[in-house]
Amino acid sequence: MSNPLSPKARMQIPRQAMPEQEAAERSHNFEEVNLGLDDAIARQEALRCLQCTSQHCFNGCPVGVKVREFIDLVVEGDYLAAAAKIREDNVLPAITGRVCPQEEQCEGRCVLAKKGEPVAVGYLERFVADYERTHGQVGLPPRAAPTGRKVAIIGSGPAGLSAAGDLVQKGHEVVVMEALHEIGGVLVYGIPQFRLPKEIVRQEVDNMRKMGVEFRTNVVVGKSVTVDELMNEEGYHAVFVATGAGLPIFLNIPGEHLCGVYSANEFLTRVNLMKAYREDHDQPVFDCRGKDVVVVGGGNTALDAVRTSLRIGARTASILYRRSAAEMPARAEEVKHAREEGVQMLMLTNPVEFIDDGKGWLDGVRCQKMELGEPDASGRRRPMPVAGSEFVVPASMAIIAVGNRGNPLVQATTPDLATNKKGYITADDDTLKTSKRGVFAGGDIVTGGATVILAMGAGRKAARAIHHFLETGEW
Amino acid sequence: MYKITEARFLAPQVKRFRITAPDIARRRKAGQFVILRVQEGGERIPLTIADSDPGEGTITLIVQGVGKTTRMLNQKEAGDAILDLVGPLGKPSDIEPYGTAVVIGGGLGTAIAYPTAKALKQAGNHVISIIGGRSREFVILEDEMRAISDEVFVTTDDGSYAEKGFVTDRLNALIEGGRKLDFVLAIGPIPMMRAVAEVTRPHGIHTVVSLNPIMVDGTGMCGGCRVLVGGESQFACVDGPEFDAHQVDFRTLSTRNAMYREREKASLDAFEDHECKMMKMAEAAEKGAGV
Repeated sequence: MSNPLSPKARMQIPRQAMPEQEAAERSHNFEEVNLGLDDAIARQEALRCLQCTSQHCFNGCPVGVKVREFIDLVVEGDYLAAAAKIREDNVLPAITGRVCPQEEQCEGRCVLAKKGEPVAVGYLERFVADYERTHGQVGLPPRAAPTGRKVAIIGSGPAGLSAAGDLVQKGHEVVVMEALHEIGGVLVYGIPQFRLPKEIVRQEVDNMRKMGVEFRTNVVVGKSVTVDELMNEEGYHAVFVATGAGLPIFLNIPGEHLCGVYSANEFLTRVNLMKAYREDHDQPVFDCRGKDVVVVGGGNTALDAVRTSLRIGARTASILYRRSAAEMPARAEEVKHAREEGVQMLMLTNPVEFIDDGKGWLDGVRCQKMELGEPDASGRRRPMPVAGSEFVVPASMAIIAVGNRGNPLVQATTPDLATNKKGYITADDDTLKTSKRGVFAGGDIVTGGATVILAMGAGRKAARAIHHFLETGEW
Repeated sequence: MYKITEARFLAPQVKRFRITAPDIARRRKAGQFVILRVQEGGERIPLTIADSDPGEGTITLIVQGVGKTTRMLNQKEAGDAILDLVGPLGKPSDIEPYGTAVVIGGGLGTAIAYPTAKALKQAGNHVISIIGGRSREFVILEDEMRAISDEVFVTTDDGSYAEKGFVTDRLNALIEGGRKLDFVLAIGPIPMMRAVAEVTRPHGIHTVVSLNPIMVDGTGMCGGCRVLVGGESQFACVDGPEFDAHQVDFRTLSTRNAMYREREKASLDAFEDHECKMMKMAEAAEKGAGV
């Protein structure tokens, strides 16, 4: 233990603030909102950690990052060792440090949170990962001797990358297959540049390449090749299906086919992956400069979409959410940032019709006010329409961000892969084994839309079970 | 990178490519498509696979230069390469022994209809092909269609070649002449497909069209290619691209396809302007060098 301060002295240090780009300025650019801590602030924050033996933070982490140990290394000033400590359990620290809902995980469990503010674990994770990256000495974990076993990972999002990182360390040959032309899945097509710069994703992917992971783009498993072919003809001993929940849910209300109405997946893909906001890229996106934009939904994706629309020039950008602010599933920090940037939050508001301008383009959204009734299956109070409360929100562009279903391409060509009625793949909670021998599944394709870190947790779980299967042949 | 092994113009702005893509060549079936990206910064566009040679490991694409991306692609020659190519995507055509099958191709649509026509013939159908174009130079793949059809009719809007008129005139003539038609496939511009649907509807002839909505990923992830079929939303990339012509809402498709028209035009103008400057610079350089 290297912390020189008494517990009492540690508790007197306030939680350090994250330096941010000014709201008025950042709402017009794609540069990162959070600027990151410097050495002095990071060390000050690390000094707040009580180094308690209970380690609730560790228990609250879906991938089991040894939080106390890495923070102790920050106190020592050995940032590279701190980063390497995180990498033992988390292959993507620069990413999770930015996008994890820490308030529900490590920080939510922090003893300090009971009386005041928790240690800023996320800020510190990001700090050491960025330090490591900018100092060019990434502490990649060693790789075991080759086992001669081959694993195919379908999907290069967080679940796939996390599993790939763990499996390659065990000495297995790992090939990650991606349908799009860039590696990263939701990290590159979904999460915007201002929250997760794509250079960081590319660098983490490069690190994994250095660890020995092979990446193949432009492969749609289920179309380009099937799971059975991978196992029977191409010599893979195990397959991990981590395809994500990529099938957008629409509202099924009138006017959904009007020009100007997008799924969040399409809008974000056009802007993030295809860089529609840049002059040197060809993919177009609706020109919302000076226009009113609404986004339907209350999760991180909805907030990413609404904040993106501001950055490409929307005059007004509003969230339409059918429950109240308390039920919004988005990260607290994103909601705060969005409000600061001028996003309007229309709570208890449910769209019932997209209005046609007479030429096939969106002219507004007819909504009804809602009130909260008894709790529903999700434990949240069920929104109920208020009779006679209809009103129109002007809008030229509307983005629907109410979730996804399981993308069926893999399942459709793998008949012995059991799925549930929502189209998700059925997998054992602990081992992530599917109904098909040698095939594991995890992440959003099993759970439905969740978070980057939960998908990474699933990737780790799958890697453990796949390793066991490859070593023992037991199913 | 995916290498182009052969490139040849078939008509003004219409070019045929053979591209090395052994995995796609081996698997693809009639009616399926690929999505490609010509170069870094380029958009993703869907193109139907016109043919393939599994032995040689190549697929054939026929491209009409209508916007910046397709114009840029049409500048490529044998030996060049394209950056990204993924497929085969979409559902294959439903190939059955229908009896008498009419395959209608309008303009570039003939290239998209060709693989399905070939498969229908192989499945034992009596294949009647009707291929049309605005004028003589826009009628493509006539020889190829003749080789796999039992009967071929060619129409041109201006009468500059073969029969003057529209493909629907010929289709109407067949029906009125008492021919029993069991299946119609129509591929071409939206107004043509819609017109064919209206010709066959009163006769209850099973009619299929291949739709070309705007797509991004081609795997069902974005929903940009949603089309209204029988009042239901369908994703052309995974549920199609072929649908029952009598159920398709062509008006919505047509409106949605025009969503980026201004941007597309600006992009094409800038591209042509750039090409024009390049050409002049090259001419000036030649003169300057005294060549």
